Amino acid sequence: MSAVWSITKKELVSYFTSPIAYIVIAIFILLSGFFFYSLVWWFNTQAMQMAQNPYYFQQININQMVFAPLFHNLSIILLLMLPVVSMRLFSEEKKMGTEELLFTSPVSVIQIILGKYLAALIVLLAMLVLSAIPTIFTFVHGNPEPVPYLLGYLGLFLLGAAFLALGIFWSALTENQIVSAVLTFGTLLLFWVLSWAAYSARGLWQDVLNYLSFFEHFDGMTKGILDTSDLVYYLSFAFFGLFLTHSVIQFRRWR
Amino acid sequence: MIETEQLTKKYGDLVAIQNLSFRVEEGRIWGLLGPNAAGKTTTMRILTGYLPATSGRASVAGYDVFEQAEAVKQSIGYLPETVPLYPEMTVESYLGFVAEIKKVPAARKKAAVDRAVQIAGLQSVRKRLIRNISRGYKQRTGIAQALIHNPRVVILDEPTIGLDPAQIKEIRDLIKSLKGEHTVMLSTHILAEVKEVCDGVVIINEGKLMASGSLEELARSFSQNDGVYLKLDRADGEVLNLFRQLPGLKEAALDGAEIRLEWPWGQDLRTQVLKLCLDKRLEIREMRSLAMNIEELYLRIVSGGMEQ
Repeated sequence: MSAVWSITKKELVSYFTSPIAYIVIAIFILLSGFFFYSLVWWFNTQAMQMAQNPYYFQQININQMVFAPLFHNLSIILLLMLPVVSMRLFSEEKKMGTEELLFTSPVSVIQIILGKYLAALIVLLAMLVLSAIPTIFTFVHGNPEPVPYLLGYLGLFLLGAAFLALGIFWSALTENQIVSAVLTFGTLLLFWVLSWAAYSARGLWQDVLNYLSFFEHFDGMTKGILDTSDLVYYLSFAFFGLFLTHSVIQFRRWR
Repeated sequence: MIETEQLTKKYGDLVAIQNLSFRVEEGRIWGLLGPNAAGKTTTMRILTGYLPATSGRASVAGYDVFEQAEAVKQSIGYLPETVPLYPEMTVESYLGFVAEIKKVPAARKKAAVDRAVQIAGLQSVRKRLIRNISRGYKQRTGIAQALIHNPRVVILDEPTIGLDPAQIKEIRDLIKSLKGEHTVMLSTHILAEVKEVCDGVVIINEGKLMASGSLEELARSFSQNDGVYLKLDRADGEVLNLFRQLPGLKEAALDGAEIRLEWPWGQDLRTQVLKLCLDKRLEIREMRSLAMNIEELYLRIVSGGMEQ
Protein backbone atom coordinates (compact mmCIF):
# COMPACT_ATOMS: atom_id res chain seq x y z
CA MET A 1 0.00 0.00 0.00
CA SER A 2 2.82 2.41 0.83
CA ALA A 3 4.26 1.81 -2.65
CA VAL A 4 0.93 2.85 -4.18
CA TRP A 5 0.93 6.01 -2.09
CA SER A 6 4.55 6.81 -3.10
CA ILE A 7 3.54 6.67 -6.76
CA THR A 8 0.45 8.78 -6.04
CA LYS A 9 2.49 11.46 -4.27
CA LYS A 10 4.95 11.60 -7.14
CA GLU A 11 2.12 11.93 -9.68
CA LEU A 12 0.52 14.72 -7.64
CA VAL A 13 3.85 16.57 -7.58
CA SER A 14 3.95 16.25 -11.38
CA TYR A 15 0.35 17.44 -11.75
CA PHE A 16 0.79 20.43 -9.51
CA THR A 17 4.22 21.56 -10.65
CA SER A 18 3.13 21.58 -14.27
CA PRO A 19 0.37 23.96 -15.30
CA ILE A 20 -1.95 21.12 -16.37
CA ALA A 21 -3.77 20.57 -13.07
CA TYR A 22 -4.17 24.29 -12.39
CA ILE A 23 -5.52 25.02 -15.86
CA VAL A 24 -7.93 22.09 -15.86
CA ILE A 25 -9.22 22.92 -12.38
CA ALA A 26 -9.48 26.66 -13.08
CA ILE A 27 -11.37 26.22 -16.35
CA PHE A 28 -13.66 23.66 -14.78
CA ILE A 29 -14.50 26.05 -11.93
CA LEU A 30 -15.02 28.89 -14.38
CA LEU A 31 -17.39 26.92 -16.61
CA SER A 32 -19.30 25.34 -13.76
CA GLY A 33 -19.63 28.80 -12.17
CA PHE A 34 -20.98 30.18 -15.40
CA PHE A 35 -23.54 27.39 -15.82
CA PHE A 36 -24.56 27.63 -12.20
CA TYR A 37 -25.00 31.38 -12.39
CA SER A 38 -27.07 31.31 -15.55
CA LEU A 39 -29.22 28.44 -14.29
CA VAL A 40 -29.90 30.27 -11.02
CA TRP A 41 -30.71 33.45 -12.94
CA TRP A 42 -33.11 31.54 -15.17
CA PHE A 43 -34.61 29.83 -12.13
CA ASN A 44 -35.19 33.20 -10.47
CA THR A 45 -37.05 34.67 -13.39
CA GLN A 46 -39.12 31.50 -13.76
CA ALA A 47 -39.88 31.46 -10.05
CA MET A 48 -40.92 35.11 -10.20
CA GLN A 49 -43.43 34.38 -12.96
CA MET A 50 -44.67 31.14 -11.46
CA ALA A 51 -45.23 32.80 -8.10
CA GLN A 52 -48.23 34.61 -9.69
CA ASN A 53 -50.01 31.32 -10.08
CA PRO A 54 -50.56 29.12 -7.00
CA TYR A 55 -50.74 25.94 -9.14
CA TYR A 56 -47.37 26.47 -10.79
CA PHE A 57 -45.88 27.64 -7.52
CA GLN A 58 -46.09 24.07 -6.27
CA GLN A 59 -44.02 22.91 -9.22
CA ILE A 60 -40.98 25.02 -8.45
CA ASN A 61 -38.11 22.70 -7.60
CA ILE A 62 -34.55 23.98 -7.42
CA ASN A 63 -33.12 20.46 -7.68
CA GLN A 64 -34.81 19.82 -10.97
CA MET A 65 -34.51 23.29 -12.40
CA VAL A 66 -30.93 24.09 -11.39
CA PHE A 67 -28.99 21.06 -10.28
CA ALA A 68 -30.16 18.39 -12.73
CA PRO A 69 -29.22 20.52 -15.76
CA LEU A 70 -26.04 21.68 -14.03
CA PHE A 71 -24.91 18.11 -13.49
CA HIS A 72 -25.63 17.25 -17.09
CA ASN A 73 -23.59 20.19 -18.29
CA LEU A 74 -20.74 19.31 -15.97
CA SER A 75 -20.73 15.71 -17.16
CA ILE A 76 -20.06 16.93 -20.71
CA ILE A 77 -17.32 19.24 -19.48
CA LEU A 78 -15.71 16.31 -17.68
CA LEU A 79 -15.85 14.33 -20.90
CA LEU A 80 -14.01 17.15 -22.64
CA MET A 81 -11.43 17.80 -19.93
CA LEU A 82 -10.53 14.53 -18.22
CA PRO A 83 -8.64 13.12 -21.25
CA VAL A 84 -6.18 15.95 -20.58
CA VAL A 85 -5.74 14.75 -17.01
CA SER A 86 -5.18 11.10 -17.92
CA MET A 87 -3.12 11.58 -21.08
CA ARG A 88 0.27 11.92 -19.40
CA LEU A 89 0.01 9.09 -16.89
CA PHE A 90 1.92 6.44 -18.82
CA SER A 91 2.71 8.26 -22.07
CA GLU A 92 5.07 10.66 -20.35
CA GLU A 93 6.92 7.90 -18.47
CA LYS A 94 7.46 6.08 -21.71
CA LYS A 95 8.66 9.17 -23.55
CA MET A 96 11.02 10.24 -20.75
CA GLY A 97 12.39 6.71 -20.26
CA THR A 98 11.33 6.77 -16.62
CA GLU A 99 9.13 3.71 -17.03
CA GLU A 100 12.35 1.72 -17.02
CA LEU A 101 12.93 2.94 -13.47
CA LEU A 102 9.38 2.05 -12.41
CA PHE A 103 9.34 -1.38 -14.00
CA THR A 104 12.75 -2.35 -12.62
CA SER A 105 11.72 -1.39 -9.08
CA PRO A 106 10.37 -3.96 -6.65
CA VAL A 107 6.89 -2.49 -7.14
CA SER A 108 4.24 -4.46 -9.00
CA VAL A 109 2.59 -3.18 -12.17
CA ILE A 110 -0.74 -3.22 -10.34
CA GLN A 111 0.65 -0.93 -7.65
CA ILE A 112 1.99 1.46 -10.28
CA ILE A 113 -1.36 1.58 -12.10
CA LEU A 114 -3.31 2.09 -8.86
CA GLY A 115 -0.94 4.82 -7.69
CA LYS A 116 -1.35 6.74 -10.91
CA TYR A 117 -5.10 6.23 -11.03
CA LEU A 118 -5.47 7.42 -7.46
CA ALA A 119 -3.58 10.63 -8.28
CA ALA A 120 -5.89 11.30 -11.23
CA LEU A 121 -8.91 10.65 -8.98
CA ILE A 122 -7.58 13.20 -6.51
CA VAL A 123 -7.37 15.80 -9.28
CA LEU A 124 -10.95 14.93 -10.25
CA LEU A 125 -12.03 15.28 -6.63
CA ALA A 126 -10.34 18.68 -6.42
CA MET A 127 -12.20 19.79 -9.57
CA LEU A 128 -15.57 18.72 -8.16
CA VAL A 129 -15.09 19.99 -4.60
CA LEU A 130 -13.79 23.38 -5.67
CA SER A 131 -16.49 23.84 -8.27
CA ALA A 132 -19.18 22.86 -5.72
CA ILE A 133 -18.35 25.69 -3.31
CA PRO A 134 -20.64 28.32 -4.91
CA THR A 135 -23.54 25.86 -5.07
CA ILE A 136 -23.49 25.49 -1.28
CA PHE A 137 -25.02 28.96 -1.03
CA THR A 138 -28.29 27.61 -2.39
CA PHE A 139 -28.63 25.82 0.94
CA VAL A 140 -28.14 29.10 2.77
CA HIS A 141 -30.71 31.02 0.73
CA GLY A 142 -33.09 28.24 -0.23
CA ASN A 143 -33.99 24.70 0.64
CA PRO A 144 -32.89 22.21 -2.01
CA GLU A 145 -33.07 18.53 -1.16
CA PRO A 146 -29.62 17.35 -0.12
CA VAL A 147 -29.91 13.74 -1.35
CA PRO A 148 -30.26 14.41 -5.10
CA TYR A 149 -27.60 17.11 -4.74
CA LEU A 150 -25.07 14.75 -3.14
CA LEU A 151 -25.98 11.87 -5.44
CA GLY A 152 -25.44 14.16 -8.41
CA TYR A 153 -21.89 14.88 -7.30
CA LEU A 154 -21.30 11.21 -6.52
CA GLY A 155 -22.52 10.45 -10.05
CA LEU A 156 -20.13 13.00 -11.52
CA PHE A 157 -17.27 11.45 -9.56
CA LEU A 158 -18.12 7.92 -10.71
CA LEU A 159 -18.53 9.09 -14.27
CA GLY A 160 -15.16 10.85 -14.09
CA ALA A 161 -13.55 7.77 -12.54
CA ALA A 162 -14.76 5.71 -15.51
CA PHE A 163 -13.43 8.34 -17.95
CA LEU A 164 -10.03 8.31 -16.25
CA ALA A 165 -9.81 4.51 -16.32
CA LEU A 166 -10.37 4.60 -20.06
CA GLY A 167 -7.82 7.41 -20.34
CA ILE A 168 -5.11 5.55 -18.43
CA PHE A 169 -5.64 2.59 -20.77
CA TRP A 170 -5.00 4.68 -23.88
CA SER A 171 -2.09 6.37 -22.17
CA ALA A 172 -0.43 2.99 -21.65
CA LEU A 173 -0.67 2.32 -25.38
CA THR A 174 1.13 5.35 -26.77
CA GLU A 175 4.06 7.53 -25.85
CA ASN A 176 2.41 10.54 -27.45
CA GLN A 177 0.25 12.47 -25.01
CA ILE A 178 -1.83 14.14 -27.72
CA VAL A 179 -2.63 10.79 -29.33
CA SER A 180 -3.55 9.42 -25.92
CA ALA A 181 -5.91 12.36 -25.22
CA VAL A 182 -7.54 12.21 -28.65
CA LEU A 183 -8.13 8.47 -28.45
CA THR A 184 -9.65 8.82 -24.98
CA PHE A 185 -11.83 11.67 -26.12
CA GLY A 186 -12.94 9.75 -29.21
CA THR A 187 -13.85 6.63 -27.24
CA LEU A 188 -15.76 8.68 -24.68
CA LEU A 189 -17.73 10.41 -27.44
CA LEU A 190 -18.55 7.01 -28.87
CA PHE A 191 -20.01 5.88 -25.57
CA TRP A 192 -21.94 9.12 -25.37
CA VAL A 193 -23.39 8.65 -28.85
CA LEU A 194 -24.52 5.14 -27.95
CA SER A 195 -27.55 6.56 -26.16
CA TRP A 196 -28.60 8.34 -29.38
CA ALA A 197 -28.28 5.11 -31.30
CA ALA A 198 -30.40 3.49 -28.65
CA TYR A 199 -33.35 5.73 -29.60
CA SER A 200 -33.59 4.27 -33.08
CA ALA A 201 -32.74 0.69 -32.03
CA ARG A 202 -35.36 -1.83 -30.95
CA GLY A 203 -35.80 -4.63 -28.50
CA LEU A 204 -32.72 -6.18 -27.03
CA TRP A 205 -30.38 -3.88 -28.95
CA GLN A 206 -32.00 -0.88 -27.37
CA ASP A 207 -31.48 -2.31 -23.90
CA VAL A 208 -27.87 -3.22 -24.59
CA LEU A 209 -26.99 0.17 -26.09
CA ASN A 210 -28.74 1.98 -23.29
CA TYR A 211 -26.91 -0.08 -20.72
CA LEU A 212 -23.53 0.68 -22.28
CA SER A 213 -24.10 4.42 -22.54
CA PHE A 214 -22.49 6.51 -19.80
CA PHE A 215 -25.28 8.99 -19.46
CA GLU A 216 -28.22 6.67 -19.05
CA HIS A 217 -26.74 5.60 -15.76
CA PHE A 218 -26.05 9.15 -14.74
CA ASP A 219 -29.63 10.35 -15.28
CA GLY A 220 -31.10 8.56 -12.30
CA MET A 221 -28.53 9.93 -9.90
CA THR A 222 -29.29 13.54 -10.79
CA LYS A 223 -32.91 12.80 -9.88
CA GLY A 224 -31.94 11.39 -6.52
CA ILE A 225 -32.34 7.72 -7.39
CA LEU A 226 -29.47 5.44 -6.44
CA ASP A 227 -29.70 2.22 -8.41
CA THR A 228 -27.08 -0.44 -7.64
CA SER A 229 -26.96 -1.38 -11.32
CA ASP A 230 -25.66 2.15 -12.04
CA LEU A 231 -23.00 1.81 -9.35
CA VAL A 232 -22.04 -1.60 -10.69
CA TYR A 233 -21.83 -0.16 -14.20
CA TYR A 234 -19.38 2.60 -13.29
CA LEU A 235 -17.27 0.48 -10.98
CA SER A 236 -17.02 -2.36 -13.46
CA PHE A 237 -16.19 0.13 -16.22
CA ALA A 238 -13.35 1.54 -14.12
CA PHE A 239 -12.17 -1.94 -13.15
CA PHE A 240 -12.24 -3.08 -16.76
CA GLY A 241 -10.23 -0.03 -17.84
CA LEU A 242 -7.54 -0.69 -15.24
CA PHE A 243 -7.50 -4.39 -16.05
CA LEU A 244 -6.94 -3.64 -19.74
CA THR A 245 -4.17 -1.20 -18.80
CA HIS A 246 -2.47 -3.96 -16.86
CA SER A 247 -2.83 -6.39 -19.76
CA VAL A 248 -1.44 -3.89 -22.24
CA ILE A 249 1.63 -3.18 -20.12
CA GLN A 250 2.32 -6.87 -19.56
CA PHE A 251 1.74 -7.68 -23.21
CA ARG A 252 4.14 -4.97 -24.40
CA ARG A 253 6.91 -6.33 -22.21
CA TRP A 254 6.33 -10.00 -22.90
CA ARG A 255 5.96 -9.62 -26.62
CA MET B 1 27.06 -12.70 -8.60
CA ILE B 2 25.71 -12.25 -12.12
CA GLU B 3 25.30 -15.37 -14.18
CA THR B 4 23.59 -16.15 -17.46
CA GLU B 5 23.10 -19.40 -19.26
CA GLN B 6 22.12 -19.69 -22.92
CA LEU B 7 20.25 -16.40 -22.68
CA THR B 8 18.31 -15.59 -25.86
CA LYS B 9 16.00 -12.72 -26.72
CA LYS B 10 14.06 -12.36 -29.95
CA TYR B 11 11.92 -9.43 -30.99
CA GLY B 12 9.67 -11.14 -33.50
CA ASP B 13 12.08 -12.47 -36.10
CA LEU B 14 14.91 -10.23 -35.00
CA VAL B 15 17.39 -11.98 -32.76
CA ALA B 16 18.77 -9.44 -30.28
CA ILE B 17 20.94 -11.80 -28.27
CA GLN B 18 21.65 -15.46 -28.77
CA ASN B 19 22.83 -18.09 -26.30
CA LEU B 20 24.75 -15.71 -24.05
CA SER B 21 26.49 -17.43 -21.14
CA PHE B 22 28.82 -15.53 -18.84
CA ARG B 23 29.47 -14.88 -15.19
CA VAL B 24 30.69 -11.97 -13.10
CA GLU B 25 32.32 -12.55 -9.72
CA GLU B 26 31.28 -10.70 -6.60
CA GLY B 27 32.87 -7.34 -5.90
CA ARG B 28 34.26 -6.89 -9.39
CA ILE B 29 33.69 -4.28 -12.05
CA TRP B 30 32.86 -5.90 -15.34
CA GLY B 31 32.47 -4.23 -18.73
CA LEU B 32 29.89 -5.26 -21.30
CA LEU B 33 31.56 -4.38 -24.53
CA GLY B 34 30.43 -4.40 -28.11
CA PRO B 35 29.68 -2.26 -31.13
CA ASN B 36 26.39 -0.39 -31.38
CA ALA B 37 23.34 -2.68 -31.69
CA ALA B 38 25.33 -5.63 -30.35
CA GLY B 39 22.66 -6.38 -27.73
CA LYS B 40 24.22 -4.68 -24.69
CA THR B 41 21.09 -2.81 -23.63
CA THR B 42 18.88 -5.85 -24.22
CA THR B 43 21.16 -7.96 -22.01
CA MET B 44 20.99 -5.39 -19.23
CA ARG B 45 17.24 -5.02 -19.52
CA ILE B 46 16.84 -8.76 -19.10
CA LEU B 47 19.14 -8.83 -16.06
CA THR B 48 17.18 -6.01 -14.42
CA GLY B 49 13.83 -7.67 -15.07
CA TYR B 50 12.61 -4.96 -17.43
CA LEU B 51 12.33 -7.40 -20.32
CA PRO B 52 11.72 -11.13 -20.18
CA ALA B 53 14.10 -13.35 -22.13
CA THR B 54 12.83 -15.63 -24.87
CA SER B 55 14.78 -18.54 -23.46
CA GLY B 56 17.69 -19.30 -21.18
CA ARG B 57 18.43 -18.56 -17.56
CA ALA B 58 19.86 -15.58 -15.71
CA SER B 59 20.53 -15.04 -12.04
CA VAL B 60 21.60 -11.99 -10.09
CA ALA B 61 22.79 -12.08 -6.47
CA GLY B 62 21.71 -15.70 -6.27
CA TYR B 63 18.11 -15.06 -7.34
CA ASP B 64 16.62 -16.22 -10.60
CA VAL B 65 15.69 -13.22 -12.73
CA PHE B 66 12.46 -14.83 -13.95
CA GLU B 67 11.34 -16.80 -10.91
CA GLN B 68 12.29 -14.33 -8.17
CA ALA B 69 11.90 -11.06 -10.04
CA GLU B 70 11.10 -8.98 -6.97
CA ALA B 71 14.15 -10.16 -4.99
CA VAL B 72 16.34 -9.46 -8.03
CA LYS B 73 14.89 -5.99 -8.48
CA GLN B 74 15.51 -5.35 -4.80
CA SER B 75 19.20 -6.26 -5.10
CA ILE B 76 19.93 -4.33 -8.31
CA GLY B 77 20.60 -0.65 -8.84
CA TYR B 78 20.10 0.21 -12.48
CA LEU B 79 20.99 3.22 -14.58
CA PRO B 80 19.28 2.85 -17.98
CA GLU B 81 20.70 4.40 -21.13
CA THR B 82 18.32 7.36 -20.89
CA VAL B 83 18.67 8.56 -17.32
CA PRO B 84 15.20 8.16 -15.77
CA LEU B 85 14.67 11.59 -14.24
CA TYR B 86 11.57 13.62 -13.45
CA PRO B 87 12.53 17.19 -14.39
CA GLU B 88 9.85 18.74 -12.20
CA MET B 89 11.27 17.23 -9.00
CA THR B 90 14.23 18.41 -6.96
CA VAL B 91 17.25 16.11 -6.74
CA GLU B 92 16.40 15.40 -3.12
CA SER B 93 12.72 14.66 -3.60
CA TYR B 94 13.53 12.50 -6.62
CA LEU B 95 16.00 10.41 -4.62
CA GLY B 96 13.42 10.21 -1.82
CA PHE B 97 10.86 8.88 -4.28
CA VAL B 98 13.28 6.26 -5.66
CA ALA B 99 14.12 5.22 -2.08
CA GLU B 100 10.42 4.68 -1.44
CA ILE B 101 9.78 2.54 -4.51
CA LYS B 102 12.98 0.57 -3.81
CA LYS B 103 11.45 -0.26 -0.43
CA VAL B 104 13.98 1.52 1.77
CA PRO B 105 12.31 1.58 5.23
CA ALA B 106 10.84 5.00 6.03
CA ALA B 107 13.08 5.41 9.09
CA ARG B 108 16.23 4.97 6.97
CA LYS B 109 15.04 6.99 3.97
CA LYS B 110 16.71 10.25 4.92
CA ALA B 111 20.01 8.56 5.68
CA ALA B 112 19.84 6.70 2.36
CA VAL B 113 19.28 9.95 0.45
CA ASP B 114 22.13 11.66 2.34
CA ARG B 115 24.46 8.77 1.58
CA ALA B 116 23.61 8.70 -2.14
CA VAL B 117 24.03 12.48 -2.35
CA GLN B 118 27.40 12.14 -0.63
CA ILE B 119 28.69 9.32 -2.86
CA ALA B 120 27.59 10.97 -6.10
CA GLY B 121 28.81 14.41 -5.04
CA LEU B 122 25.44 16.13 -5.35
CA GLN B 123 25.62 18.30 -2.22
CA SER B 124 25.60 21.58 -4.14
CA VAL B 125 22.50 20.77 -6.19
CA ARG B 126 20.37 18.69 -3.84
CA LYS B 127 17.68 21.33 -3.40
CA ARG B 128 17.52 22.28 -7.08
CA LEU B 129 15.03 21.18 -9.71
CA ILE B 130 16.43 18.42 -11.92
CA ARG B 131 15.29 20.44 -14.94
CA ASN B 132 17.84 23.14 -14.06
CA ILE B 133 20.98 21.11 -13.35
CA SER B 134 23.74 20.37 -15.85
CA ARG B 135 24.13 17.20 -17.89
CA GLY B 136 26.93 15.98 -15.65
CA TYR B 137 24.85 16.42 -12.51
CA LYS B 138 21.91 14.69 -14.18
CA GLN B 139 24.15 11.71 -14.87
CA ARG B 140 25.32 11.73 -11.26
CA THR B 141 21.74 11.90 -10.07
CA GLY B 142 21.11 8.83 -12.22
CA ILE B 143 23.98 7.01 -10.53
CA ALA B 144 22.85 8.19 -7.08
CA GLN B 145 19.42 6.77 -7.91
CA ALA B 146 20.99 3.40 -8.73
CA LEU B 147 22.86 3.33 -5.41
CA ILE B 148 20.10 4.61 -3.15
CA HIS B 149 19.13 1.27 -1.61
CA ASN B 150 22.75 0.14 -1.32
CA PRO B 151 22.24 -2.71 -3.81
CA ARG B 152 24.67 -5.59 -4.08
CA VAL B 153 24.70 -5.35 -7.86
CA VAL B 154 24.88 -2.14 -9.87
CA ILE B 155 24.12 -2.16 -13.60
CA LEU B 156 25.05 0.94 -15.57
CA ASP B 157 24.16 1.36 -19.25
CA GLU B 158 26.68 3.71 -20.88
CA PRO B 159 27.26 5.78 -17.76
CA THR B 160 29.63 8.31 -19.33
CA ILE B 161 27.91 8.95 -22.65
CA GLY B 162 27.53 12.61 -23.59
CA LEU B 163 29.78 14.00 -20.86
CA ASP B 164 32.82 16.23 -21.22
CA PRO B 165 36.28 14.81 -20.43
CA ALA B 166 36.41 16.22 -16.89
CA GLN B 167 32.97 14.83 -16.10
CA ILE B 168 33.92 11.48 -17.62
CA LYS B 169 36.87 11.27 -15.28
CA GLU B 170 34.70 12.12 -12.28
CA ILE B 171 32.12 9.48 -13.16
CA ARG B 172 34.85 6.87 -13.72
CA ASP B 173 36.39 7.64 -10.34
CA LEU B 174 32.96 7.33 -8.82
CA ILE B 175 32.45 3.92 -10.45
CA LYS B 176 35.89 2.74 -9.35
CA SER B 177 35.03 3.66 -5.77
CA LEU B 178 32.14 1.17 -5.88
CA LYS B 179 34.50 -1.75 -6.31
CA GLY B 180 34.57 -4.31 -3.54
CA GLU B 181 31.32 -3.33 -1.88
CA HIS B 182 29.24 -3.63 -5.03
CA THR B 183 29.40 -5.83 -8.08
CA VAL B 184 29.24 -3.53 -11.08
CA MET B 185 28.41 -4.27 -14.68
CA LEU B 186 28.68 -1.38 -17.11
CA SER B 187 28.18 -1.26 -20.84
CA THR B 188 30.30 0.91 -23.04
CA HIS B 189 31.93 1.12 -26.40
CA ILE B 190 34.76 3.29 -25.15
CA LEU B 191 37.78 1.02 -24.79
CA ALA B 192 39.79 3.39 -22.64
CA GLU B 193 36.99 3.20 -20.11
CA VAL B 194 37.29 -0.56 -19.89
CA LYS B 195 41.03 -0.38 -19.45
CA GLU B 196 40.75 2.18 -16.71
CA VAL B 197 37.75 0.95 -14.79
CA CYS B 198 37.05 -2.71 -15.42
CA ASP B 199 38.55 -5.91 -14.07
CA GLY B 200 37.15 -7.92 -16.91
CA VAL B 201 34.88 -7.84 -19.90
CA VAL B 202 32.14 -9.64 -21.72
CA ILE B 203 32.45 -8.86 -25.40
CA ILE B 204 29.41 -9.37 -27.58
CA ASN B 205 28.79 -8.72 -31.24
CA GLU B 206 25.53 -9.11 -33.13
CA GLY B 207 23.99 -10.74 -30.08
CA LYS B 208 26.61 -13.44 -29.76
CA LEU B 209 29.22 -13.88 -27.08
CA MET B 210 32.68 -13.30 -28.51
CA ALA B 211 34.78 -13.48 -25.37
CA SER B 212 34.54 -13.14 -21.65
CA GLY B 213 36.98 -13.10 -18.79
CA SER B 214 39.42 -10.85 -16.98
CA LEU B 215 41.58 -8.61 -19.13
CA GLU B 216 44.65 -10.68 -18.27
CA GLU B 217 42.95 -13.95 -19.17
CA LEU B 218 41.92 -12.56 -22.51
CA ALA B 219 45.40 -11.27 -23.26
CA ARG B 220 46.79 -14.72 -22.42
CA SER B 221 44.35 -16.49 -24.66
CA PHE B 222 45.65 -14.52 -27.60
CA SER B 223 49.40 -15.01 -27.24
CA GLN B 224 51.42 -17.85 -25.84
CA ASN B 225 54.09 -15.73 -24.21
CA ASP B 226 54.42 -12.56 -22.23
CA GLY B 227 57.23 -10.18 -23.11
CA VAL B 228 58.35 -6.74 -24.25
CA TYR B 229 59.24 -4.76 -27.30
CA LEU B 230 62.54 -3.02 -26.76
CA LYS B 231 63.97 -0.13 -28.73
CA LEU B 232 67.70 0.44 -28.21
CA ASP B 233 70.31 2.70 -29.72
CA ARG B 234 71.40 -0.29 -31.82
CA ALA B 235 69.74 -3.49 -32.90
CA ASP B 236 71.82 -6.27 -34.42
CA GLY B 237 72.67 -9.95 -34.03
CA GLU B 238 75.28 -9.19 -31.43
CA VAL B 239 72.74 -7.58 -29.14
CA LEU B 240 70.32 -10.42 -29.69
CA ASN B 241 72.94 -12.92 -28.66
CA LEU B 242 73.46 -11.00 -25.42
CA PHE B 243 69.79 -11.32 -24.60
CA ARG B 244 69.63 -14.99 -25.57
CA GLN B 245 71.89 -15.77 -22.65
CA LEU B 246 69.27 -14.57 -20.17
CA PRO B 247 67.87 -17.57 -18.23
CA GLY B 248 64.16 -18.15 -18.79
CA LEU B 249 63.96 -16.26 -22.06
CA LYS B 250 62.13 -18.19 -24.75
CA GLU B 251 62.77 -16.01 -27.72
CA ALA B 252 64.67 -12.93 -28.82
CA ALA B 253 64.14 -11.66 -32.35
CA LEU B 254 64.44 -8.55 -34.44
CA ASP B 255 61.14 -6.96 -35.34
CA GLY B 256 61.92 -4.02 -37.60
CA ALA B 257 63.97 -1.62 -35.55
CA GLU B 258 62.72 -3.18 -32.34
CA ILE B 259 63.81 -6.24 -30.45
CA ARG B 260 61.06 -8.64 -29.39
CA LEU B 261 61.75 -10.54 -26.18
CA GLU B 262 59.38 -13.30 -25.10
CA TRP B 263 59.12 -15.36 -21.94
CA PRO B 264 56.42 -17.69 -20.57
CA TRP B 265 53.37 -16.26 -18.73
CA GLY B 266 53.88 -15.92 -15.01
CA GLN B 267 57.51 -14.87 -15.18
CA ASP B 268 58.74 -11.32 -15.40
CA LEU B 269 62.21 -10.81 -16.87
CA ARG B 270 61.98 -7.05 -17.18
CA THR B 271 64.37 -6.35 -14.30
CA GLN B 272 66.97 -8.72 -15.75
CA VAL B 273 66.58 -7.11 -19.19
CA LEU B 274 67.14 -3.66 -17.71
CA LYS B 275 70.14 -4.84 -15.74
CA LEU B 276 71.67 -6.38 -18.83
CA CYS B 277 71.22 -3.16 -20.79
CA LEU B 278 72.91 -1.15 -18.04
CA ASP B 279 75.82 -3.59 -17.77
CA LYS B 280 76.43 -3.62 -21.50
CA ARG B 281 75.86 0.13 -21.82
CA LEU B 282 72.93 -0.24 -24.20
CA GLU B 283 70.77 2.88 -24.28
CA ILE B 284 67.05 2.21 -23.92
CA ARG B 285 64.83 4.44 -26.04
CA GLU B 286 61.55 2.65 -25.44
CA MET B 287 60.15 -0.46 -23.80
CA ARG B 288 56.56 -1.61 -24.02
CA SER B 289 54.57 -4.67 -23.17
CA LEU B 290 54.11 -7.37 -25.73
CA ALA B 291 50.63 -8.20 -24.43
CA MET B 292 47.92 -6.91 -26.66
CA ASN B 293 46.26 -3.78 -25.43
CA ILE B 294 42.53 -3.64 -25.16
CA GLU B 295 42.07 -1.92 -28.53
CA GLU B 296 43.95 -4.67 -30.34
CA LEU B 297 42.13 -7.33 -28.37
CA TYR B 298 38.76 -5.85 -29.10
CA LEU B 299 39.39 -5.45 -32.79
CA ARG B 300 40.75 -8.98 -33.06
CA ILE B 301 37.76 -10.39 -31.22
CA VAL B 302 35.01 -8.39 -32.87
CA SER B 303 36.30 -8.36 -36.43
CA GLY B 304 38.10 -11.69 -36.37
CA GLY B 305 34.87 -13.43 -35.43
CA MET B 306 36.61 -15.75 -33.04
CA GLU B 307 33.98 -17.29 -30.84
CA GLN B 308 34.54 -19.11 -27.62
